[in-house]
Amino acid sequence: MSGRILVQLGTMFGGLSLIAIGGANVLIPEIHQQTVAIHGWLDDASFARLFAISQAAPGPNVMLASIIGWHVAGLAGLLVATIAILAPAATIALFAGRGIRRWSGHPAIRILTAGLVPLALGLMLASGVVASRAAGAGAAGYAITGAVASAVFFTKRNPLLFMALGMLAFLLLHASDV
Amino acid sequence: MAVPSDAAPTPQALFLGFLKIGLMGFGGVAAIARHVIVTERGWIDDEEYGRLLGLCQALPGANTVNAAVMLGDRYRGPTGALVSVVGLMAAPLTVLVAAATVYDRFASYPLVRLALSGAAVSAAGLVLGTAAKLLVRARPSPVAALCAGAALVAVAGLHMRLPLTLACLAPLSLAGAAWTARRR
Repeated sequence: MSGRILVQLGTMFGGLSLIAIGGANVLIPEIHQQTVAIHGWLDDASFARLFAISQAAPGPNVMLASIIGWHVAGLAGLLVATIAILAPAATIALFAGRGIRRWSGHPAIRILTAGLVPLALGLMLASGVVASRAAGAGAAGYAITGAVASAVFFTKRNPLLFMALGMLAFLLLHASDV
Repeated sequence: MAVPSDAAPTPQALFLGFLKIGLMGFGGVAAIARHVIVTERGWIDDEEYGRLLGLCQALPGANTVNAAVMLGDRYRGPTGALVSVVGLMAAPLTVLVAAATVYDRFASYPLVRLALSGAAVSAAGLVLGTAAKLLVRARPSPVAALCAGAALVAVAGLHMRLPLTLACLAPLSLAGAAWTARRR
C-alpha cells in the first residue's frame, strides 16, 4: 500500500516538475487540487499548515513537495517527492546549460523569457490566492494576506519578518478563542 | 561541458558553496545565491550570472536549483551538478524534517493550529507580494500582462487545472512576445 503511494507521489511531482515554469510556486494550486481533492491525502487546513512550514523553511520553493511527501509517507515519501520534483527539471537545465553560450542572446530565448515570465508570475499570484483560501481563516485571514502582500510589495525588508508579524497579528485577532 | 582546470572549483568547493546558499536562504535564496556565486566565490561575473538566471527563468524548476545544475555541470560535469544540488538541498531538507517532526508532535494543539493558520495566510501574502513586485519589474507587454491576468483568474477564480491553463495561455503569451519583438 505504501509502495503505491510512493509511486503516486513520484509520478505526480515528476510530472509537475516539467511544467513548473518560473519555479515551484506556480504549482501551489495544482498541488492543492491533487493532494486534497483528487488523492484525498490532506484536508484544506493541513494543506495550508504544510504550505506555511514549507515557506518558512530555508531553501528553494520545492520544499512544499518534500513536506507533503513526508506527511503522506514519511522519510521515503519525502525523498521520493523531493527527487521527483527536482530530477526532470534538473535534467532539462543540464542540457540547456550546455547550450547557454550558443543560445544566450538568441532572439528565441528573449521571446521565451518575455512570454513565459509574466505568465509564471500570474500563476504565482493565483498561488497566493489559493493558499490563503485553503487556510480557511475568514476575513481576518484575507486581511492579513493582503497586508503582508502590500508590505512585501512596497518595502525591501526580509519577507520572513512580515511573515512573523502576520502570524502574530493573526494570533492577536484570535486571542479570545484561545 | 566539463572543463576541469586549476581555476575551476572542485566538487568540494561546489558542495560547500551551495550548502551555504541553502543554509542561509531563509526568506528566499535568490539574493544569497548571487552573493555567494558572484561576490564571494567569484565563479562567474555579474553579467554571466544575469544571463544564467535569465535562461533559468524560462525553464521549468526552481531558479537556484537550475543555476546549481548548470554551474556544477560546467565545472565538473554531471557529478558536479549532482554535488551542487545535494549541497543546496541538504540543509533545507534537514530543517524541514525537524520542523515536520515538531509539527507531527504538536499539530493537535489548538494554539499551534491557530499559529500555523496565521503563518499560512501570511505566507500566501508573501507569495502574492513577491509575484506582484516581480511582475511590475518585468515590464510585461500588454499581451503578456493580459495573459498573466488571465492565468490568475483561470486558476484562482475558475479552478482551471494548471496543464490546461498553460496549454491555452503559453502559446498566446509567446505569440505576443514574438510579435512585440518583431515590431521593435
